Amino acid sequence: MPKTTPFHSRLEALNQTKIWKHWSGYLVAPRYQYSETSEYYAIRNSVSLLDTSPLFKYRFSGSDAGELLMRAMARDVRKCKTGQAQYTAWCDDNGFLVQDGVVMRVADNEYWLTAAEPSLRYFRQIARTMNLTDVTVEDVSTQFGILALQGPHAYNVLKKLTDEAQSLKYFRLTQTEIANKPVTVSRTGFTGDLGFELWIKAEDATVVWDALMQAGAGFNITPIGTTALKMSRVEAGLLLLDVDFQSSRYAWVDAQRETIHELGWGWMLRNLDSDDRDFIGRAAIEKEIESQSSRWTTVGLAVDWNDYERVFLEAGITPPKHELYRESTMSIYRRGGPEWDYAGYASTFLYSSLLRKPIAIAKLPLDLAKPGTEVDLEIPVIRKPQNVLARVHKMPFFDPPRKTAALDKEPSHA
Amino acid sequence: MPDKNQYDAIVIGGGHNGLVNAAYLAKAGLKTLVLERRDLVGGAAITEELVPGFKFTTFSYAISLMRPDIVEDLNLVKHGMMVMPLTNTFQPGFNGEYLRLGADSDENYHELARHSIEDAEGYRELSNMIDRVCHALKPLMDQIPPNSVSQEPEELAKMAALRDYMDQLDPDVRKLLDRFANCSAVEILDDYLENDLIKAMIASSGTIGSKCSPSSKESGLVWLFHKLGEYDGVFGEWGFHKGGNGGFTQVLARAVEGFGGTIQTQAAVEKVIYENGVAQGVLLADGTEVFAEVVVSALDPRRTFTQLVDSADLPGDLVTAIKDYKFQGTAAKVNFALDGLPPFPGLENRPEIFAGFTNIGPSIEYLEEAYADCVAGRFSRRPFLDCCVQSTLDPDMTPDGKHIMSCFVMYAPYHLAESDWDTERENLGDTVQATLEEFFPGFGEIVLHREVVTPLDIERLVGLTEGNIFAGELFASQMFLNRPAPGWNQYRTPITGYYQCGSGTHPGGCVIGGPGKLAAQQILGDRNAVAV
Repeated sequence: MPKTTPFHSRLEALNQTKIWKHWSGYLVAPRYQYSETSEYYAIRNSVSLLDTSPLFKYRFSGSDAGELLMRAMARDVRKCKTGQAQYTAWCDDNGFLVQDGVVMRVADNEYWLTAAEPSLRYFRQIARTMNLTDVTVEDVSTQFGILALQGPHAYNVLKKLTDEAQSLKYFRLTQTEIANKPVTVSRTGFTGDLGFELWIKAEDATVVWDALMQAGAGFNITPIGTTALKMSRVEAGLLLLDVDFQSSRYAWVDAQRETIHELGWGWMLRNLDSDDRDFIGRAAIEKEIESQSSRWTTVGLAVDWNDYERVFLEAGITPPKHELYRESTMSIYRRGGPEWDYAGYASTFLYSSLLRKPIAIAKLPLDLAKPGTEVDLEIPVIRKPQNVLARVHKMPFFDPPRKTAALDKEPSHA
Repeated sequence: MPDKNQYDAIVIGGGHNGLVNAAYLAKAGLKTLVLERRDLVGGAAITEELVPGFKFTTFSYAISLMRPDIVEDLNLVKHGMMVMPLTNTFQPGFNGEYLRLGADSDENYHELARHSIEDAEGYRELSNMIDRVCHALKPLMDQIPPNSVSQEPEELAKMAALRDYMDQLDPDVRKLLDRFANCSAVEILDDYLENDLIKAMIASSGTIGSKCSPSSKESGLVWLFHKLGEYDGVFGEWGFHKGGNGGFTQVLARAVEGFGGTIQTQAAVEKVIYENGVAQGVLLADGTEVFAEVVVSALDPRRTFTQLVDSADLPGDLVTAIKDYKFQGTAAKVNFALDGLPPFPGLENRPEIFAGFTNIGPSIEYLEEAYADCVAGRFSRRPFLDCCVQSTLDPDMTPDGKHIMSCFVMYAPYHLAESDWDTERENLGDTVQATLEEFFPGFGEIVLHREVVTPLDIERLVGLTEGNIFAGELFASQMFLNRPAPGWNQYRTPITGYYQCGSGTHPGGCVIGGPGKLAAQQILGDRNAVAV
C-alpha cells in the first residue's frame, strides 16, 4: 500500500480528478483540478499550496554536524549562518553529482536537509569514514510535513497568521507558530517566485493546512499538484533529479553522470580559490576546471516563436501549446553545417503559458553554450522529426523581483 | 531397416539441458535421438499429478537463469513457453514479524525501512551493484569458456582476452565481483546491511542446494550465481513456468520434435560404445545398440566419465578431478497439496503474499544452526525452507480454491551419520511440517497430501549423483574454467565424438540451458572443422 502524507485527509477531499501518483512511495496528486493551467497560474498570479512531504528529511546535530556537511557538500556550509538556508549539491570522489538539496541551519549545531533520494546511510557512512563522532544524522521524514506556499500573494497569506515572516529575506528561515502550532518557515521554494516552505510537525499538519487555506481564501489560494510545480520550475531554471540529471550513486557509466559544472552550477564553486575545505570531489573538480574537461553544460533554450509556428503551419496543423510539458529527451543539432549534426539534447520542454513561447532545459557542448547561440531542436510534427530554431537563453527564464524583494517594503504583488 | 539404429547424434538424458542440446543439433540438420531412462522427459524439471488435479513440481520449481537467446533460437514461445514473474518475496520473522518485498522499489524501501532505514538505502545500493556485476558476467555466461591449461595459441589468446575483459571492468564492479568469488554472503552483506531479518532473507540465496552456510566463504559465489538470471532484462528475477518446470521441459520436448528430433523414453543407456578413442554409439540396458558419430552425455560428470565410459580409458588427471569433484547434495523437497493458503497471523487471505518465494529462515543464526546439523550428519531440526505456492498465480496447478506448495528444504545431507534416508523420509516430512506450523499456525489442518523427496530420492529418480541439484557444487573450484575439470570445460571429452552437456558443465546448474546450448555450439563447430 502506498503511504500517505500527513495532509492526505485534506488532499483527498480536494482532488477532483481522483488521479494519484506515487512520489517516493507516497500518494500525491499530479493535479487537483481538471485544468493544471489554473493551478500553474495560481503560482504566478495569486498563491499556491503544495504538499512536498514525500521529500526525505534529515536532521544533523552535534558539534561535528557542521564539519560533516562542510566536507560532504560542494558549497561551504560555514557560509550558512544560523537562520539561513543554502541550496547545495553533493558529489562523489570523481566530482560527479550525487544529489542536490536545501540545507537549513536551524541552530548553531543543528541542520535540516531535504533530499529527493534516501541519504541517511550515505551521510552516516561519511561521518563514520571521517571519524566524526559527535554528529547524529537522523531521518525525520515522517516526523514532519512540508508545505510550499508560493506565489505573489504568499506573504499576504502568511502575514495573516504570523508576524515572524515580516523581515524574512530570501533563503532565510524563522521559527514561528501558526494556529498555535510550531512551524519553521523558510523563504525558499522550487517555483522561482515569491514563496515560503513550512516544516510542520506531522501531528499538526491538518490544523496548519486549514489555517493557511482559510487565510488564503481571499487571495485565490489554490492547492496545486506536482505538474504545475514542474512547469513553474522550468521557468525558474531549476533542474529535477531523474529528469534533467541522474544521481552518480546508481549510475553505471560516466555517460550517465554529470559534474557540477556540466549541470551549469559553476556558481556553487565560485569561491573555490579562497575555500580551504577538503570536500568530497574537490580534487576531481579542480582537475576538471584546470583541464577544461567538462563534456557539456546545462543551459536554457528559448525556441524561436516564428519557427515553431512555421513547422506546424506548414504541416497544416496548429502548433501544440496548451499544457505542453515534456520530460522526454529531444535531440539538438548544430546549424550551418551538415544536416542532423548531433550536438546535445533537451531534457525538459515546456510551452510556457506565462512567457508565451516554448522553452527547454538543454545539455550542450561548451562552444554552443553562450547565450544567443543558435541551434536546431528536433520536434515531432505529425510524428515526423522537424528542426526548429532555438537560442541558448540565460536561466532563469522568469525571475520576478518579488522573489527576493524585502517583504515589508514593496507591495507583495510586484 | 538399415537406418533404424543409426543417427547423427545421440543425447543421453532427457533433462532440460539434454533437450536444449538435442533441439540445437536437430535444428542444425542432424538426425538426433534423445534417450531418457524414465517414462517422461524433464530430468529434475518435471511436473507430476500425484493427486488428481494437483500438479506437483516434484524437484525444480522456479526458473530464472534460462539463457534468453535459447528462447529465441529454439522458438520456444511458439511451443508454449510462458514464465510468470514472481513479484513477491515473503520472509516471516520471529514473533509475527515479517518482511514482504514486491515489484515497486519505493514500496520496498518503506517496507525495509520498517526494519532499518539505513538498510532500506543499503539494499538499494547493494542491488544496484549486484546488477552491475551480473551485467559484467553476462557475456561469460553465454560463451564457451577458454581452456586454462591448454598451450594452443588460440586458447592462450582467449585467456588473455578474458584477463583483459576483467581488467577493463569498473573498479567498483571488479571489487565486488572479487568479494563474491572469495567471501561469504554474510561478509558481503555486512558491508551494506545491519538488520538480521533482511540479511537472512538474502543470505539464504548463498546456500541454496550447496553444502555451505551463509558464513562459509563459498556462499558468496552461490548467491551471485542465483542473481545471474534475468527476466525481461531485470537481473535476479525468478518466475514460474506455466504448469510448473515440467511444463517447460515439455516445451523443450516439442521443440526437439519440431526440429525433427526423436525422443525415446524408457531407454536407459548402459554404456557409450567407442573404439580407438572414437565414439560410435550407445548400448541400451535392454541390449540394443544405437549408433551415431556424436554422443552427448547430459548426465552429471561422475556418470559421464566413470559410468558411461571406462575411466581407465581416460587421462589420470581427469579421473582424479572427477573423483574430487564435489556433489554432497544437501537439499530435499517436501511438497504439499493444501486445502487453502498457509495462515500467517495478521495477513490472512492475502494470496499475493505467496506469489513468489516464501523464505523460512528468519535470522542468520537460524541458518547457521540449520547448517550445524548438516555438518553433524543429520537433517536440520529447524530447516530453512524456500516455499512456493504456484497455484496463487497459475490456476491450472490445482482444483478451484485448493493450493499446491513446493518446499525446498535445507539442509538434508545425502550422507546421514546415524541413519539412512529410507528410514528418515517421513521424519523429515514431519520436521518440515512442524517448522511450517511454527510460522503458519494451523498449517497442519490444511494439508491434504504430502510428498517427501530426499537427496537419495533425487539420486534414484533423476540420476543426480548424491542428489546434488546442480550436478555438482557451485564452488569456485568447480566453476567456469574448472567445470567439471580444468582443460575439460569445453564440452568435449578425451573420446572423440563424445561430449558432455549437463549442468556439470559451464555455466552450471539451475534451469539454465546454457550447457546444452554451448555444447551444441562446440559439437557443430567441430563437425564444420572436420568438414572443411
